[in-house]
This record gives sequence, C-alpha cells and structure tokens, in this order.
Amino acid sequence: MPDIAYEQARHGSSIGQPLTRRDGILKVTGAATYAADNRPEGLLHAVMAVSRIARGRVTHLDVAAAKGHPGVVAVMTGANAPKLAQDPDAKDNPFMFRLDLLQSDQVRYAHQPIAVVIAETLEAATEGAELLAPRYAVEPARIGLDVEAPQEPEAVGAGDKTRASRGDVEAGLAEAERRIETVYETAAQYHNPLEPHAVVAQWDGDRLIVDTPSQALATAQMRLAALFGLDPKNVLVRSPFLGGGFGSKGFLFGPQVLGVMAAKLVGRPVKLVLRREQMFGPVGHRAETRQTLRLGTDASGALTALDHHTLTATSSFDDFYEPASALSRYLYAAPAVSTGHSGVRVDTGTPLFMRAPGEASGSVALEGAIDEMAEACGLDPLDFRLKNYAEAEPISGRPFSSKALRECYAQGAARFGWDKRAKAPRSMRDSAGRLVGYGVGTALFPALMMQAEARAEIRADGTGTVALGAHDMGQGAWTALAQIAADGLGIDLDRLDFQSGRSDLPNAGIAGGSAHTATAGSAIHSATSAVLAQLAELATGDERSPLYGAGNAGVFARGGRLLRRDDEGRGESFADILARAGRASVSAEGKAAPDPASREAYAMHAHGAVFAEVSVDPDFGQIRVTRLVGAFAAGRIVNPRLVTSQYYGGMIWGVSFALHETAVLDPRSGRVMNANLGEYHVPVNADVPAIEAILVEEHDPHVNPLGIKGVGEIGITGTAGAIANAVYHATGIRVRKTPITLDRLLG
Amino acid sequence: MSFSLTLTVNGETRAIDLDDPRVTILDLLRERLHLTGSKKGCDRGQCGACTVLVNGRRVNSCLALAVSLDGADVLTIEGLARGDALHPVQAAFIDHDGFQCGFCTPGQIMSAVGLIREGQAGDDPERVREGMSGNLCRCGAYIGITQAVLEAQARLASEQGEAA
Amino acid sequence: MNRFDYVRAGSVAEAVAAAAEPGAAYLAAGTNLLDLMKGGITRPTRLVDVTHLPGLDRIEALPGGGHRVGALVRNSDLAYDAEFARAYPAVAEALLSGASAQLRNAATLAGNLMQRTRCPYFYDPASACNKRDPGAGCDARGGETRLHAVLGWSERCIATHPSDLCVPLVALDAVVEIAGKAGTREVALEAFHRLPGDAPERETVLEPGEMIVSLRLPQDAAAFAGHSRYLKIRDRTSYAFAVVSASAALRLEGGRIGAARLALGGVALKPWRARAAEAVLAGAEPGEASFRAAADAALAEARPSGDNAFKIELARRLIVRTLTLAAAGTPERMLALPASAFADGSALHA
Repeated sequence: MPDIAYEQARHGSSIGQPLTRRDGILKVTGAATYAADNRPEGLLHAVMAVSRIARGRVTHLDVAAAKGHPGVVAVMTGANAPKLAQDPDAKDNPFMFRLDLLQSDQVRYAHQPIAVVIAETLEAATEGAELLAPRYAVEPARIGLDVEAPQEPEAVGAGDKTRASRGDVEAGLAEAERRIETVYETAAQYHNPLEPHAVVAQWDGDRLIVDTPSQALATAQMRLAALFGLDPKNVLVRSPFLGGGFGSKGFLFGPQVLGVMAAKLVGRPVKLVLRREQMFGPVGHRAETRQTLRLGTDASGALTALDHHTLTATSSFDDFYEPASALSRYLYAAPAVSTGHSGVRVDTGTPLFMRAPGEASGSVALEGAIDEMAEACGLDPLDFRLKNYAEAEPISGRPFSSKALRECYAQGAARFGWDKRAKAPRSMRDSAGRLVGYGVGTALFPALMMQAEARAEIRADGTGTVALGAHDMGQGAWTALAQIAADGLGIDLDRLDFQSGRSDLPNAGIAGGSAHTATAGSAIHSATSAVLAQLAELATGDERSPLYGAGNAGVFARGGRLLRRDDEGRGESFADILARAGRASVSAEGKAAPDPASREAYAMHAHGAVFAEVSVDPDFGQIRVTRLVGAFAAGRIVNPRLVTSQYYGGMIWGVSFALHETAVLDPRSGRVMNANLGEYHVPVNADVPAIEAILVEEHDPHVNPLGIKGVGEIGITGTAGAIANAVYHATGIRVRKTPITLDRLLG
Repeated sequence: MSFSLTLTVNGETRAIDLDDPRVTILDLLRERLHLTGSKKGCDRGQCGACTVLVNGRRVNSCLALAVSLDGADVLTIEGLARGDALHPVQAAFIDHDGFQCGFCTPGQIMSAVGLIREGQAGDDPERVREGMSGNLCRCGAYIGITQAVLEAQARLASEQGEAA
Repeated sequence: MNRFDYVRAGSVAEAVAAAAEPGAAYLAAGTNLLDLMKGGITRPTRLVDVTHLPGLDRIEALPGGGHRVGALVRNSDLAYDAEFARAYPAVAEALLSGASAQLRNAATLAGNLMQRTRCPYFYDPASACNKRDPGAGCDARGGETRLHAVLGWSERCIATHPSDLCVPLVALDAVVEIAGKAGTREVALEAFHRLPGDAPERETVLEPGEMIVSLRLPQDAAAFAGHSRYLKIRDRTSYAFAVVSASAALRLEGGRIGAARLALGGVALKPWRARAAEAVLAGAEPGEASFRAAADAALAEARPSGDNAFKIELARRLIVRTLTLAAAGTPERMLALPASAFADGSALHA
C-alpha cells in the first residue's frame, strides 16, 4: 500500500515545496555562526604543532622558546597535558577511532599533533608553535599499496562484509564468450571542507561547553564525556552550522579534543582552529585504491560473471577500509558475482568516511569496466547497461523496494541527447576542432536508515515546536526537517519553532550515509504523529468537539486545525482543543529506526544515470567537462530546490574525483606535498559550465514512513565514471587512474 | 611597539591601535573587531572565503597586513545590506541557492560585488565563471552562484539605468 | 609568522636604506611574501613597506614610444588599462590568466617579478632545499617532479618560476629599472632572473637592498600588437599555475615573419626566452612547418628533471599552437577565458 505513508504525511503543504533556505539570510549576511566565530569572555587562542615526519619519535621540543614568545600563555605537551579518563587508543567498537592526544612521543603519520601552544593572540600562538622546532628520531615511512603483502580485513567501511558473492565466478568467466580483466586506481583524497575543524571550549567546573562542527552531536558528546570522565549531561556540544563536513566531521577528531584539553590546562576558554595543511592528516581522508575487475559476457552481451576486488590502505594503528567493491553487490545483474577487499597498513592518518565512501571509488572502476565490456561486445554503453539491468539485487536476490533506474536512463539520455553519440571513439569534434566525448555512468547509493529521536509540542496559541539535535552541513536540514516538522504538526512553517544543532536536544543520530533527512525526518514524523494523536484524543473523545466520535484515524491536521477526514468542513483549531481541555500544550517524543522486517525483505537504494560531455584539447590533453546531465530517483523529494543542489554538489565532486583531486605523497617522507588549496585541486567555478539534474519521480513504501531516500552522496557516483568514459570516447585513450590529468592523454 | 592606524570599516571610521604588525586584515576583522562574517578557509589566498572589498576592490583579506592598509576603506559582508534590505547579490544568492554550507558565501558574495563593480564580465556566463574562480565552493554551488551573479548584475545594471 | 620590524618608507631612498639591513624584505601587496611567512619559509626580521611610496603606481607612455610601468601597479590595473592592453595584448592576457581576480587586484608588478617558485619542496620546511638552505640538498630530485623544470635546471635545483606575466614581458625585451644605494640601474628582464646553477638561493640579480622601481617596455614592443598571444596549459580551467605556458608575438611582413618573439613559462627557473626558435622563425613563412621547426629549436636542450618528460612534448605542441594563434591575429576583445585552450578564440585551426 504505497499510499499510506504519503497520506499520513500529507497534512500541510510544506513537503515537496522548493522553499529557499530558512537560514539563507543568516548565511548571506555573515550572521550565521560557525564554531570559530564564537568568542566567550577571556578567550585564548591555541595552535597545534604537528609532526613533519610520518613515523618515528619526537625527541625534542623547544618549549622554552615557545613560552618565551610574548603572549604565549602555555605550551601543552605530553608532559603536562590534562590526564584523560579514557585511553585515546581504546577501541571499544568499530566506530570508535583512535585519537592522537599527546599520549606518547610516537609519531604515526605526518601532520600528527605533537603539541599545542596557547596564547593571548592568534599571532603569538602561531609563532609559538613554530618556535617549538621539533627534533625527531625518524624511521622510514611506509607508504603505498605495495608496501607489504595485503591482508584481508575483518570488515570494511561501516562494518560491511569484506567478501560477498553469489554463484561461481570462475565458472562464469570460463564459459563467457568475452572476458576482460582491468585494473583501476584511485588517488587518496582529503575532505577539505572549506571550514577547517575548529573548537571553542569552555569549562565551568565539571561542566563543558564545546562549539565545534559536528555531523554527530550525540556521539561527540559521549566521546567527550568518556575522555574527560564527565556525566554526558554536563557536556554541551553546539553545532548550528557546519562549514561543510563530507564525512570529516562525523567523528570528533584529536585536534578538537586537544582544544578542550588546552582549555582545561589553562583554565580559560580556548579556540583552536586547524591550519589548512593540518587538514591533511589528523581528520580523515579517502584512501587510495587499486581495483581489479574481471567481467565475462555471453554472445548477447549479458554478463556471466563479475568479480570486483579492491586493494586499499589503512593506517598503521587503526582500521578503516574503503569498501569500494561493495557497489558490485547492488548494481548489475550477473549470475555470478564476487566481491572482496584486501588492505595494507601505511604511515598515514586513519582513512575514514568521505562522501560516498566506497561507492565513489568503486563506481569509477565499475563504470569504467562496464564501459570497456560494452565496447568489447560492440554495444552502446547505455544499451549494455540496460541489457544487464538488475531486476533484483544481484547477490542477495532481494527485490528492490523501488527502482526507477530505467526512467533515469531514459530521461537523462533524452535530455542529454545521447542518441547523437558517435559510436567510434575519437570521432566527434566541436567547431573549434576540440575532441568531444560522451560518457554514461550509473549512480547508486544505498537508502540507509539510522536511529534518531525528536520531540514535538503544540501549544495553546496554535504554535508548535519540534526539537532535535540535527545537523545542517549545507544539505539544508534547517529547511527540509522543518518542512517535515511543519507538515507533521499540521501548522504553517512560520508557526513552527524548529530547534536543532545542539547536543542537549533529542539525539538525532548522525548526518551521514545520506540518511539524515530520512532518519531525523522519520523521528520528527513519529513525534508529531504522537502529538497529533494526543490532540485527536482530546477532541474526538469530547462531545463538545465537532470532531467527536471521528476516532484518531478519522482526523488529520492542516493549518493549525484538526479536520475530519470524511468531511474537511468539520474541524477545530488546536487552540480551541487545548483551551477546552485546560491544557497549555501537548508534547511527545518520537523515534526512528530501520525496520528490520522491511530491510530483510527488500534491497533499498537510490539510483541514477549520469551523462557527461567532455571537451579535450587534442594536442594538450587538457579536459573540460562541458555538460553534465544527471537523472536521479531517490524516493520522495522533500525540497526540490535543496535536492537539486545536493545533486549538483555531488556531481561536481564527481568532476573533482575524475579530473582533479589527489593527495600527492612523497613516498620517502610520507608527507602530503600539496597540503594546500592552491595545489590540492578541487574544481573552480570555470570547471563547471553546465549541469542539469532531473528529479525522477519515485514512490517507495518500504524505506521509511516518509518514503525518503538519501540524495547527498549519490551524485558523485556515476559521475566520475561517466566523465572518465567520456574522456575515453573523446580521445580513444582509456585512463584507468584518477584523477585523469592531461599528461596521461598526451599519447 | 604599537601601530596607530585609521580604517573605515563598513562606513565607520575607526582608530585602531595595533600591538602587533603581524595581524592581517582578516584576523583584525575576526579577532579584534569581532566581525566574523569574513571566513578563514585557507589563510593563504587560495580559497577566497576571506574576500572583502578594500578601497572598492575585492582582495583576499588573509594576505594583507592591517598596518599596511592604514587609511583604507574596507567593506565586509556585514556592511553590504542596507538595514533589512539585502543587497541584490545577497538576495540573488538566496533565490538561486548559491550556497549550501554557507562558509564560502560571504567571500563569494563580496567577490561577486567586486566583479560586478569591475564591469568586465557583464552578462556573459563564461566571464562570470572565470571571474568567480578565485572563490572555491567545496559544496559545489557553482551553478547557483553563476546564476545569482548574472541576475544581480542585470538588476544592478537596470537600476543604474533607471537612475541615470 | 615571526615578529618583525615594520618600517613604512616615505621615499625610495628611505626604502633602499631600510632594506639594506640583513634580514630585511620589501613588502608590497604581500600576496606571496605573507604566504611564505605563514608557511615559515621565509622569516624576515624587517619588512619595509613600500606601498605608500608616491609615483610608483603609474603607467606612462614614453615620449619615444614604449611604456613605463611603476613597480606598484596592480596586476588588474595593468591588464585593464586600455592603451596598455592594446599595445601589449599578450601581457594583458597573461596577467588575466594568472591567479584569481582577488590576487590580481592586490598583486603588484614588482611583486610578480619577485615571486618565488611553487616547488613543493621549497614550500615544505622539512624538505632539503638549496634555495632555502644553500648546500642542504634538493629533495625534489627523486621526488614528486611532475611540474618541475625541463630547461636550465641543475642538480642543485629543478624548480620553475611561476609567473605568467613575466613570460610575454621577457619576450618583448622588457627592462627592469632598479634603485639601489648607488643610484639606479637597468637590467633586461631576460637577465634579471638567474638560472640555478650552483647557487639557486640567488634568484635574481638584485643586490641586497636594491628595489625594483619600474619596468620599461621598449619602443618596438608594441609593433607586435597585432599578432600576440599567451597560452597556458593548466590542470584546472582557471586559478592554477601553468603546467607549461607560451607567449608568441609576430611581426608579419608581406606574408613572411619579419620578427618573432617567443618565451615559455613553467619550464625553467626563469621565464624562458626561446631565442633559437625566434631565429628559426625570422624570415620564414608562417605555418606549421616553420612553427614546428621553431618548437624543436626551443626545446632542443630540454631534458626531464624527473617524472616530467611529458612537458617537453607539451611545450613543443604549445609553441606550435601559440604561434598559429598569434599568426591568425590578436583577438579584438579579451577572451572570456584568457590564455585558455578552451577560450572561444583559441580554435585549433584557423
């Protein structure tokens, strides 16, 4: 019954409206407050000193020189750092990552924090950190995927299976009419939100207030409480706005904790902001991968086998393996599919979730391999994808809860003009003589659900409140969740007090996995439904109400009134109901969690198709993505304006993945040699001339009560592969290593 | 050693005693004048988040020493709107969803205001894209940014035309 | 950033005197200097602020032809000066292809000449670098060298000079006017920057305390205005340093090349004047054959300094294209994407 969820939620008119951002005025006037904008009384500035070696020991710090610099208040090293209640190297669960909090003189990666200088001014703290002039006992850095024999990890990504398979891949390959084996390599990338990680920490006895950008307020609160031995109730984390997160603010990292330690050490509020180069090390990254794909097809071009193996790297001291092969479990139909991962340990910071972790890296390899196979079969790349369209999830065999991928292909291809693609590579040119290429990639991202709580209230004056510690990192939670809240309560948005972004509100879970709107929205839906149920009970059980006898299921809310479903002309305002009941307000809490039964029964993913046009200078190999069209089906769209922006952003990350981003490590030192935004390239405005996103209609009755799938990460998948395939189509040169730089096309 | 300088910030002339010549205009604005709208994304002139207008021209405020700008007129994001009335560039950024996280936005908007004043881009989207390429947006709001600049440019041009 | 004395100079003489102290550095816009100071790459003990000096921000037409550009003229003011851009279109194009609009609004002419290399090992205080620390060695050798020099490098240094502006300027025989304690002197821009040799720490011919006051474009430089281009290969469409760049300027006379000027950027520790190529072009018929011969001549001595052999072939192809575009004529209006292979006026074949 697909309509039930919609019916329940369709109280008002907010959901589905392309509202502009509710925080828009704050953001365009400079009034939105990010962590580093906070200035409690008596604030001191802290700057980290970080290691310039990747492995070894710190043997000396010139603490006296730093302390002697005018304005320096204290130097925090392992010798005087406040004692912690929890070992920073403790790992109680896979989602707890080891932190570098000056617990030893060991250096395990470049840019590891080794001391903190606290001063009256930022200038003094900065120079104090410089004056520490560390000396080291250096050990050779272990860098690169060939550094040691790979091991198979116990799990990849967020507790995903390392291996999954169905059928006999070797037999499938043996019986295949055509076979290819191909190897793709992706570069290490660093999240680099424009807002560096920052913390403003204030202690008041055993109470702690921390302003820091967080994609997981409750997790941060709990970790701080554990590290400092505090009652979680005494820890308040505030993060009304994040200057981008992309996964790097999903966990509290060492530098943020160091800011809190520094404040404790000096007994005054402290602000610590990472310098841009310090973003390349202690706050996570996307590890490099080398992916080997083997594909076989029968004479018709139907896949007989697909094998996808990923080699990646984690740090020497913690575990996170980029789950790049996982995508092959979900996307293309084949009787035999095998996926696996292996890893090596290197002297870098621990890699972590970065926008579409696994899917992004896996997609560029899988879509490249599919393109190669299509060509080997003499088939149009889009036709080949349709030929191998999965009607059920390939490995699990489960039906999809919904899948409008065919419509995505069709609408995207039509809009893009895919039919104008010449079959042969290097056969299209623009009027100026530049090579032109068209490429396609399939986009997919799992439709996840996590856990969240929310609180809702309706007051006698007809206004309402919805509160939860949700996170707006740019996806638009202040707007989209408020739309869900307003509709849930049946009031207009301007009657709603929407509270968010603090850890002392109900735990809204994590803004990650493209699941925040679905999860927090479902919690809101649950809370608002409970409030309305209370109101309905007050009304329908009271003879004086026009709603008397309608039953809870017989009423719905709109415009601050409860109305009879069978007769919208009969209703009563919230204010009247509460007044007669002598109540100032009604409130309720709600929860959201994945529904195990439906998750067991169905495979749940958002899908899309991305079409890319590139222009390549035939002599120089310089590439420009002249056009991108993405068509995505992601269930119900809460706010098409914001969702379109999410798709644009994801697709631009795809451009970045395909053509720009790479952390250049010197293998001898283990240092990132381009740890700055001048040379760690992400696209600039001129790199992105034309993008279109098509919102393909899709109804999903199973994913969650609101029918929402995530939109934050899917855009990067499909896109990078589409661009790489378009570069091949333009040039006839298949570059199996991203980023595709011009030197790889000089031929 | 103390340095006395005069700056006009968002129309207000201020006498500033600076105890340290190392202070950049960005850090002066953020840490000493408590105008935190201008953002520090890289502190090295590579991201554009700190863009302000100095004597009417857009510059990276992280790469200018405050002492050296004695006598300058500085316009920041906080000084752009007239009371409650947003500047056309600000309004257009909202309408075209020219931002997501908002961190680069003050710099983008000041850069756009500077670009329009420079008068070199006009209504040519390609010139706008090139002219705005000193402002990174990691969220990838470039499409909306370009549309917003074009619309604001047109609106300002027509207002100017009417005034003339 | 270390503490320093801040000295605001009231005159050139005062500036020169103040900057003669060891450890002193001139401060103009500071777009490169502050970057280096923040990175701990340079730690000057005194900054001599010359931005308030009168008269150095002017662009003047010289009576006998040519122009003088003051040391403090901002990049964008120079690029958008209509008369200057008409006379030296490749200079304007190079200026507008450099950095970002914000940096161009701040950066000065003299600062552009004085900017330091972007070699990541120079920028990494933990790496050995003969520029920063003479005799320390060069960690770029055997390191990440994709963008390093292919011409004029030495075992001691394989860095490149990052300027766009200097490339057409050196092609047009620009002259640097320098003030020092002993008065003023002139140096051809071509001789201003030094190749690394045994002393990569000495980047220019400036003596301690000497200061650039202006730059002069000679009388015959504008004769190339009709056939001048700057082209820059980049890893991004905009806001990126050159992988390789080229400036070509031609004087066409009766279907032949009367005179040719050619210079390369991103290939050496100085803007690279390709005189051998100019000799090949002089008197030749413009066209692919002569352009290819010129490209071969320009790169005859090139050799990779690491993982950058591609730059040699890339530079050859770039020379051919830039000459082709220059021969076709300077675009009437500044292109939307200056110096870009993707600019409308940069079609591959006329």
